[in-house]
Parts: sequence; structure tokens; C-alpha cells
Amino acid sequence: MTEPTVITAEEEFEVIAGKSNDRPEQLSWESRTRRVITVYIPLALFLIVLLFPFYWMAITSIKPDYEMYDYKKYNPFWVGSPTLENIRKLLFETEYPHWLMTTMGIATAATFLSVGASVLAAYAIERLRFKGAQHVGLAIYLAYLVPPTILFIPLATLIFQFGLFDSPIALILTYPTFLVPFCTWLLIGYFKSIPYELEECALIDGASRLQILRRITLPLAVPGLISAGIFAFTLSWNEFIYALAFIQSTEKKTVPVAILTELVTGDVYQWGSLMAGSLLGSVPVAIIYSFFVEYYVSSMTGAVKE
Amino acid sequence: MDATVDTRLRFVPQRRETWLARLFDSKAFLVTLCMLPTAGLLIVFLTYPLGLGLWLSLTDTTIGQRGSYIGLENFQSLMDDPVFWNAVWYTVFYTAVATAGKFLLGLWLALLLNHHIPLKAFLRAIVLLPWIVPTVLSAIAWWWIYDPQFSIISYVVVDVLHLRDHYFDFLGSPWPARWSLIVANIWRGIPFVAITLLAGLQTISPSLYEAALLDGASSWQKFRRITVPLLMPILSVALTLSVLFTFSDFQLVYAITRGGPFNSTHLMATLAFQRAIPGSQLGEGAAIAVAMIPFLVVATLLCFFGVGRRKWQQGGGND
Repeated sequence: MTEPTVITAEEEFEVIAGKSNDRPEQLSWESRTRRVITVYIPLALFLIVLLFPFYWMAITSIKPDYEMYDYKKYNPFWVGSPTLENIRKLLFETEYPHWLMTTMGIATAATFLSVGASVLAAYAIERLRFKGAQHVGLAIYLAYLVPPTILFIPLATLIFQFGLFDSPIALILTYPTFLVPFCTWLLIGYFKSIPYELEECALIDGASRLQILRRITLPLAVPGLISAGIFAFTLSWNEFIYALAFIQSTEKKTVPVAILTELVTGDVYQWGSLMAGSLLGSVPVAIIYSFFVEYYVSSMTGAVKE
Repeated sequence: MDATVDTRLRFVPQRRETWLARLFDSKAFLVTLCMLPTAGLLIVFLTYPLGLGLWLSLTDTTIGQRGSYIGLENFQSLMDDPVFWNAVWYTVFYTAVATAGKFLLGLWLALLLNHHIPLKAFLRAIVLLPWIVPTVLSAIAWWWIYDPQFSIISYVVVDVLHLRDHYFDFLGSPWPARWSLIVANIWRGIPFVAITLLAGLQTISPSLYEAALLDGASSWQKFRRITVPLLMPILSVALTLSVLFTFSDFQLVYAITRGGPFNSTHLMATLAFQRAIPGSQLGEGAAIAVAMIPFLVVATLLCFFGVGRRKWQQGGGND
């Protein structure tokens, strides 16, 4: 651009509005550079930082030992001869498959228990509108604010008294302490979005309240049930402190606890197996999440908005 | 057509046949029945343990032995315990710095994602990954990143960029360890803040920005006078939750440093665990956990009403 470009007011307006087909090149170049610097570069940096630990996890888990500990000879960001040795060791020389099954079982049971209890509670609070329903709703919200870290010590003594120590049932019964409040709030929001008139119509047609719940409200709340279920499942899968405190024997541990307490032995860490274990432990949650990502995002933000 | 009429008619004769049907139609009975599972679970496993925790903190219970009432002795011994005070101090510091970091970077990421960019839905989905994956598992990845000998960060800084001549000792001494944990916590928290605030940004009507543009507002003015006030309601809720869960964090610290080196990175939660379960002093652990409660209450009230009142002062809608 040697000769100065004269921009009329009209053209400038078109440039601002972004409609001009033959914009002055200088301006468009400037705005594109600006956009790259203010939007794309920071965004790329964010993505690199947020995703790098996962890349590092994945690449470490398929590296042979001689590459893993020699950055001078082998480029650490790439893997020269990928191997499944770490994963094989994990699956066949430890009880990893067992831990996966235990975690899956506990998470599924806790999810069904919590979602079942939450549906009934949310229906009663939002639809039956009994006296004091608002206060009950508030109490349940407050229950969500009680962190597990101040509950686990008394819960441990309680579990011991019930004779449930070192049993998966202890976890299935304690996970609802944080799952039920969350799911109930999520479902109250969902029930609110279902028109009340539908139930009134059914009442006039002579349906009982149970029939209404089963045939009208629940089918309409299925998206809400799915998101409550996903949330409950991922939260129970990720839970750590209760599983750490209430379970002692190796074969009953959940994946996060087992990786940290069983795979970390002595002073020499088996980083390959550790990373493979972390990767495999993250995959089930990531798969569920990728199927339901839209539900997840909308209900996460919805639950916060409530 | 006929089929739909049939099912609708079928409701009628079923009504009020037996005492059971009548019972299920009574509202009081139904409310009790519906609330029973939730109330039972929460009272037995949440309310009762809360009370039990208060009681335990006043006893000298150990694992396997029922303690007796000793008054405030646990708290008195904690008062003279430098490790406890260090944990209190670090918990407050950790919460303050990590929350500030999460919200600044999260807000920035939300503003970036609010632009018209290609693959927006996909980006939004993968950005959430650090939040989805079990914290302990990503913490192990950070542990490996912070390894004294094979840290990839040290490798890049020392061997690629030649900015330093020796490797970082991330977890070996108190201050680097404290900052390393805070960085990992911020990394994990950014997605939640960003996606929540992004949802808030998307509810702001573009016409407000158009009006501001016509009035000649600069982008900073638009951000300060439109975006921030309208984000306040969702920001206050996200802030409350974030502060609460950062303050009571356990997993990250337990997985990466277990409170070390020299007890310098203990949070109150990890200290309570260490004293109560491996140290088997349940009473003392419970006292540390109880000591967290006032902080949690104050933090919650401060975030909620502090931010909430500003929203009210700025004339935000009362929704």
C-alpha cells in the first residue's frame, strides 16, 4: 500500500458494518491482525494449557521406559516406538479391571438411588406444593453447600457402627449426601419448565396423582432425568475422600483411590503405568460426557442460574 | 383415533376403587412418601453426621476406642499447634489466590469463546475436559509434570529455551510447592467458571451493545457498564460455589504433595484427614474439620451478599 487510500464516510460505515465487498485492504488487514492477536492467539494458548496435561498423560502411557527417561536422545513431545507394555502391565499384572468394575457398580447404584430419591423429592416440592415446600427446597440447597471434607470423619464412625466399613454399600449410601441435593435442584428446575396445565387437564380427566407423575410429568422430564443421571454418575466416579476413608482392602477400592494408593509404591514411581491408569480411568467419564455434552453444559449452567 | 379415546376412557373406571387408590390420592400421604427417601438419606448421612462431628470434636475418640467428653481441649491444643495455623493460613491463601486466578482467566476465556469463531460448540466441549476428568487422575498428571528430574516444564525452560541452568524443584521446597498446587487448582477450575460465565454472557441482549455503540462507548466502557453488571447474578453464585469448594479442597493436595514438604502445603481438610484416619485421632481431626465451618459460613455470606448487594445497587432486575 504505497498510495494513501481515501475512505469516504459511506465506505467507512460499510467497513464497520462488515458488509462491504471491496473494503480497503489496509483496514481489513488491520482488523484481521487485531482479531488474530486479541482472539485466536489467546484462545490457542488457553487450549494448549488446558489440554496439555491430557496429551502428556496419553503420550507417557504409550512410551517405552528408555524413551520416557531420556529427553536428550528422544524428543519428549513425541514417541518413537509406541508400546502397549504399560497398559498390558496395568490390565494383567494389577487388579485394575476389578477396580474399574467396582467403580462402575458403585457409581451406577449411587446414581439410581440418588436420581430416584431426587425425582420424588423434586416432584413433591415443585408440584404437590405442600406447606413449607419452599423451606424444604432451601434446606436441600444448603445441604449441597456442605462439603464432604467436613463430613467424612463423623461419617467414618457412623459407617463403622453400622458395620459397613470396607463395604461398597458404605459408598453407595454416602454418595447421595452430595448427589441428592444437586439432582433435586436440577430436577426442580426441570419440573418448573413443564406447564402445570397439562397436569390440571389430567386431574380433570380423572387421573390420580401417581398416574400423573408416571404418565405425564416423568416422560416430559426425561431430559432432566438424563442430565441428573450423567451428573450423578460423573460425580460418583470422581469422588475421592469417602472412598479413601471408608474402603481398606485392595480389591474393593475405586479407580481414583486405587491408582494413588496401590500403584504408587516405594520411591520409584512407575510413571508409565500411572499415566495409563489415569488415562483409562478418565476415558469412561469422557465417553459419557461426549455423548451428552449438550445436556451437560445446559444443565450445569441451568443449575447455577437457579 | 379410536385408540387414543380408549386410553383416555380407561382412566375413569380406575379411579377411587380401593382404599389403596384413595390413599395414594391423598396429598399429605403422597408428600410424605415422596420426601421420605431424600429426607431419610440426608438426615441419616448428612445432618446427623454434622452434629456428630461437633460432638466428636469435644471428645478424645480414637479409631477403635470410644472417647469421653474433654471439653475444648482439642481446640486448645490446636491453638498452640504451628502446623494447624500454617494449614489455616495456607487454606485462606490458596482459596484467595486460586479463586482470583480462576475468575480472571475464566472470564477472559468466556469473553474469547463469546466471539464468532469456527467450531465454537466443539471448543466449548473440549475446554470442559479438565473439569470432567476425576481430579485425582489429572492431579497425577500434574505430579508427573512437576517431577524434579523429568519435568517437561523444566525441560522446555532449561534445555530448549536456555532460560535457566538448572531444573525447577517444584515440589521439594515450601513456596514452589504452594504455587504449584495453586496453578494446578486454577487449571482445573477455569472451565467451570468460563462455561458458566459464557452462559451468562449469552443471555445479554446484543441490542444493549448496539445502543452503547451508537452512544459512542469504548469497548472498556461497554465491558464495565454492560457486561459486568449483567453478569453479576450468575457471577455471585459461581463465586460462592467456587470459594466453597476451593476452601474445602482435598484431592489435589492429597494427590500431589500429601501436605509436604515439611507440612507446608497442608490444607485444613488434608490435615484433618491425616490426623483422623492415618493418625487415628478422630477427635482432633473432627476439631480441625469443625474449625473450617466458620470460615465456610463467612466466605459464603461474603460472596453471596457482597456481590448480590452490588447488583441491587446498580439497579439490576430482582429475578
